[in-house]
Amino acid sequence: MAVKEMICVACPLGCGLRVELDDMNNILSITGNTCKRGEAYARTEITNPMRSFTSTVRVNGGNAPFVSVKSKTAMPKDLLFAAAEATRGVILQAPVAIGDCVIADVAGCGVDLVATNRVGSKN
Amino acid sequence: MSDCYDIAIVGGGVVGTLTARALSRTNLSVVLLERCNDVAMGTTKANSAIVHTGFDAKPGSMKAKMNVAGSKMMRTLCETLHVPFKNNGSLVVGFSEDERPELEALLVRGQNNGVEGLRLLSAEELQQMEPMVSKTAVGALYAPTGSIVSPFELAIAAAENAVRNGVTLLRNFEVEAITWQEDMFALCAPNRQITARTVVNAAGVHADDIARMIGDDSFHIQPRRGEYVLLDSSQNGVVSNTIFQCPSKMGKGVLIAPTVHGNVLIGPSAEDIEDKYDLSTTSAGLRNIQTIVNRSVPAYVIRDIITSFTGLRAHCDKDDFILRASEVNPQFIHAAGIESPGLSAAPAIAEYLAELAIGALAARGIQPTEKADWLAGRTEPVRIKEMSPEALRTLVRKNPAYGRVVCRCETVSEGEILDAIHAPAGALDLDGVKRRVRAGMGRCQGGFCGTKVLAILAEELKIPYEAVTKCGGASQILIGKTK
Amino acid sequence: MSNYDIIVIGGGPAGMAAALEAEKHGVKNILLLERAETLGGILEQCIHTGFGLHFFGEELSGPEYADRFAVQTEASCAITVKTDTMVLDVQAQDGTHIVTAVNKEDGLLALTAAAVVLAMGCRERPRGALNIAGTRPAGILSAGTAQKYVNLDGYMPGKEVVILGSGDIGLIMARRMTLEGAKVKMVCELMPYSSGLTRNIVQCLDDFDIPLKLSCTVIEIHGAEHLEAVTIAKVDENRRPIAGTEETIPCDSLLLSVGLIPENELTRACGAAMDRVTSGAVVNESRETSIPGVFACGNVLHVHDLVDYVTLESQLAGAGAADYVQGKRATGGEVTTQGINGVRYVVPQRVGRAQSEAVKLYFRVGQVYKNACVRVRCGDTILAQKKRPRLAPGEMEDFLIKPDQLASLPHDAVLTVEVVA
Repeated sequence: MAVKEMICVACPLGCGLRVELDDMNNILSITGNTCKRGEAYARTEITNPMRSFTSTVRVNGGNAPFVSVKSKTAMPKDLLFAAAEATRGVILQAPVAIGDCVIADVAGCGVDLVATNRVGSKN
Repeated sequence: MSDCYDIAIVGGGVVGTLTARALSRTNLSVVLLERCNDVAMGTTKANSAIVHTGFDAKPGSMKAKMNVAGSKMMRTLCETLHVPFKNNGSLVVGFSEDERPELEALLVRGQNNGVEGLRLLSAEELQQMEPMVSKTAVGALYAPTGSIVSPFELAIAAAENAVRNGVTLLRNFEVEAITWQEDMFALCAPNRQITARTVVNAAGVHADDIARMIGDDSFHIQPRRGEYVLLDSSQNGVVSNTIFQCPSKMGKGVLIAPTVHGNVLIGPSAEDIEDKYDLSTTSAGLRNIQTIVNRSVPAYVIRDIITSFTGLRAHCDKDDFILRASEVNPQFIHAAGIESPGLSAAPAIAEYLAELAIGALAARGIQPTEKADWLAGRTEPVRIKEMSPEALRTLVRKNPAYGRVVCRCETVSEGEILDAIHAPAGALDLDGVKRRVRAGMGRCQGGFCGTKVLAILAEELKIPYEAVTKCGGASQILIGKTK
Repeated sequence: MSNYDIIVIGGGPAGMAAALEAEKHGVKNILLLERAETLGGILEQCIHTGFGLHFFGEELSGPEYADRFAVQTEASCAITVKTDTMVLDVQAQDGTHIVTAVNKEDGLLALTAAAVVLAMGCRERPRGALNIAGTRPAGILSAGTAQKYVNLDGYMPGKEVVILGSGDIGLIMARRMTLEGAKVKMVCELMPYSSGLTRNIVQCLDDFDIPLKLSCTVIEIHGAEHLEAVTIAKVDENRRPIAGTEETIPCDSLLLSVGLIPENELTRACGAAMDRVTSGAVVNESRETSIPGVFACGNVLHVHDLVDYVTLESQLAGAGAADYVQGKRATGGEVTTQGINGVRYVVPQRVGRAQSEAVKLYFRVGQVYKNACVRVRCGDTILAQKKRPRLAPGEMEDFLIKPDQLASLPHDAVLTVEVVA
C-alpha cells in the first residue's frame, strides 16, 4: 500500500489531502478534504493529472513578434514539456485572432492550442 | 584615423574628461582612453556629489589649492556645459563641546585657504536653518558657497564637448602595458595599440598600476570603499544644506545631502580594501550608515531607498593630490590620489594638467596653437520634465519623439534617449542612457522603461537585443531567444 | 482646450471597466488615455490562465480577459481612446479638472473634464528598495520585467534562475521560465508563508519540483558584470538573517517578486488624501477621492489579488463618475472605516450613509490565520461577522453592509473591521 499527499487547488482553501493506494494504484481512501470537489481533485490527480498550458508562438508579418496561446482545455500534466517543445516549431502568419487554432492535437494529447490574443498585420 | 597622438589621457573620469576638454582648445591631437564601456564609470559615478568649498584641506597642499580654485570655477563650468548644479550651502555640525574647537579650527583653516563667507552658527541658528538636525548639536560651521553637482553628468558633458572639439574617445580600451620607444609612448590594450608623445595618467584607483607600467613606483593608491544609499524624491526636504559631521582620519564622515535631482544621498562609509574592482556593498556598511546618520538627524529613519552603491576613493599614501610629471619620464604626467575633494577640484586640476602637458610638449619644441572654432559649451540637452507646456508643445510639433514618454518615473521621452545615444561620446548601454537622461534612475529603477530603452538601444546601435548590455562587458540583459 | 465629461487615465482592466460603466450610465463624452501602444495594461503580458472565474465564470488568459473589454471600448461611440499617450499632470481647479498629457501625434494636450478616473495601476518594488548587499550586475530583474521579455519580446533573461519573493508573478514566472527551458533553482520567501495563491504554489512550483524556501532571503549578490550567484540565508522571526545558515547558489538570473506599489504620482499631484497602508488614495464607496470629481480604481487604489475584483471596483468608480457628472451628489453624511487587530486596511475608507444598494468593504489581513472569525462593528454593535477556515495576506476578503445598516449609523461613526481569535 502507498500513500500520496497533495494540496487541493480546487479553491483557495488549499486542503491537505491524503490518498491511500493499493499496489495496482487503485484508490483505497481519500482523507483531509473538506468538500466533494476535493475528493474529485484527488481522484484525477492520481489517475490522470490535468493542467492548463499556456505559452507563446512566433508570428511573422504582425504588429507583435509573438502571440500568446493556451490549451483549449486542461491537458495531461506529463505532456506539458512536449507541448512546450511543439510551440518552438511553429511560425504563424499575421493576422491572428483570439481562438484561432495554432496547433491541433498538441503533443498528441487530443487538445488544441489556440491563440489567446490578436495580432494584426504590420501596417 | 591615425593611431598616433600628441597626448593620451588614461582614464575617462571627471579629471580625464575635463582635461581632454581643456586640451581640445588647442590644435594638439588628443586621445582619451577609457577602460569601460562609458566614461565616468569609476569614482566619478559613485561619490558624494558635493562641491566642497575648501575649508577642510591642509593649507598649502595641492588639495587646498585645487579645491578652492576648482570650486570657484564649477558654477560657470556647469552652466557652460549644461550640467545640473545647485548652491545649497554646507554645514559641518559639532555634536559636543569637544568638537567646538574643531569647528573653530576649520573656520581658520578655511579662511587661510581663501574660502569665502565662512561663519560659525550657534545652536539656535543651526536649528532655524535645519530643523531636523540633532538638538544636541552645539553649533556648526556654515559654508554658504558649498554646492552640489551631478558628477557623472559633468564628466559625460566634458567628454561630449571634448569629442565635439576633436578629441578621440576610445572606450573599452584597458591599458595593459606602456612602452617608450622612439620618443613616443606605446599604450597597449588587448588587440589594440596607440602611440602618444605625452601621457596624462588620470586612472583613478588604478593610477599607481599605470605608473608602474613605466617603472614609476613612487606612490601607492589605496582603494577606500564608500557605501551610499540614495533615497526617493519623496524624502526630499529632510535637509536643505549638505550636512557633514566633523571630519575624521578616514574622510569627511557620513553626510546627508540633497542631490541636484531632488533625491537624498547618505554616505559614505569608509573602509580600506584590497580589490580595486570590488564595488560590492556590505550589509554591515549599510546598517552602519543608518546609525551614523542618526547622529546628524536623530529621528530620521532611512526609508524609500531607491538604491545603494559603493564608490572607491583613490586614497594616496602621500595624502595629497599628485599632480606632476613622473620622475621616470617627464613626458608622463600624473593626476593621482584624486580623492575628496577631487570632484570640486577637477576643473582646476584639468587646467593645471593641460598646462603641464603642453609644457612637456613645448620642452620638445612642439608649440600648440589655440583653435579659433573651439566650442566652450555643449548644446543644452532637452529635458521635457523641466519644460514649460508652451515650449514642449512647440518641441513635439517639430520632433514627435519628444512626445513619447518612455520613463514614467522621471518623465523621459524617446527623443531624449535618442539624443543621448547619438551625441558625441553617446550612450552605448542601459546605464549610459540612465546616467545621461535619468531613464531608469527613478523609483522603479527601470522596471518599466528598461525593456523599452533596451529596444531603442538595439535599434539605434544596430545590434541584436541579446547584445545590449547594462554597462558593457558581459553585462548582457538577455541570453537568447525563447524560440 | 478640449473638454470631456470624464477622462479616464489608464487603459488596463480598471480604466476600461470604468469607462464602459460610465457609458452605461449615460455619459456620452469620455476620453480614455493609455500610455502603451495598446489597451489591456499589464494583462497583455499575463498569458497564463486563471482570470475571469468570478466575473465571466470561465478561466481566461490575461489577453483574453483584456480583449473582452477592449473590443467594447473600441466599439463604443461614447469613448475616445488615445494610446501611446502619457499623462503628465492632473489638477483640480474651480470645479473642473485639467489633465495635461503628451503624445507623438497631438503633442502636448491640455484637456478638461468634469470628472477624472485614475486607473494607472501599480509597479513592482525594485532591488534597491530591498537594499541587498553585494555587487550590482546585470541579471537582476523584477518578475514582471522578465515576464515582458519572455512573453512579449521572446527573449530569455537567464537559464539558471533564483526567484526572491513568492508573490503570484514570481510563481507564474517560475513555471513559465521552466517551460521555456530554464532551470529554476528555488523560490525564496522572507515570510513564513507564501504571499501567492495556493493553486499557484502547486501548479507552478510543486509540479516542476521547484523548492519553495520559506523564512529565507537573498542576503548577497555576486558577480562583477553579470550575476554569477546569490547567497541566501534563513531568517529568524524578526526577518533577520541567521548566521551560519548562508548558502551560495550559482545562478545567472535573479527575479524579484517582492511586492507591488500603486503608481500614485498623479494622485499626489492633484492633492488627494492618501492612505499610508494601501499607498493609494482615500476613497468613498464610489471610489471618489478627497478631491471632488476625482475617482480612483484598480491597483492604483490598492493592490488586488484578482483582476475580477479590479473590474467590479472600477465599475463602481465609473458609475460614481457618471453620477458626479450628472450632478447627483450624495447627501446624508458619512461614516469612516478602519482595520484593527490584524486587519491591515479597509477599502473604501469612507462610506455615505444614504445608499440604495449594499456596500462591500474589502480588506486584507496582515498574517495567516486558521479558523478565525472576522467582524465589522460600530462601537459595540456588530454589523456582520463570519468564520473563515483560512485568512491570508495574499487574499482579499469582504463584508457586505446593507443600506439600512448604514442609515442606522450616526454621522461620522467609525466602522471597525477586525480579526477575532
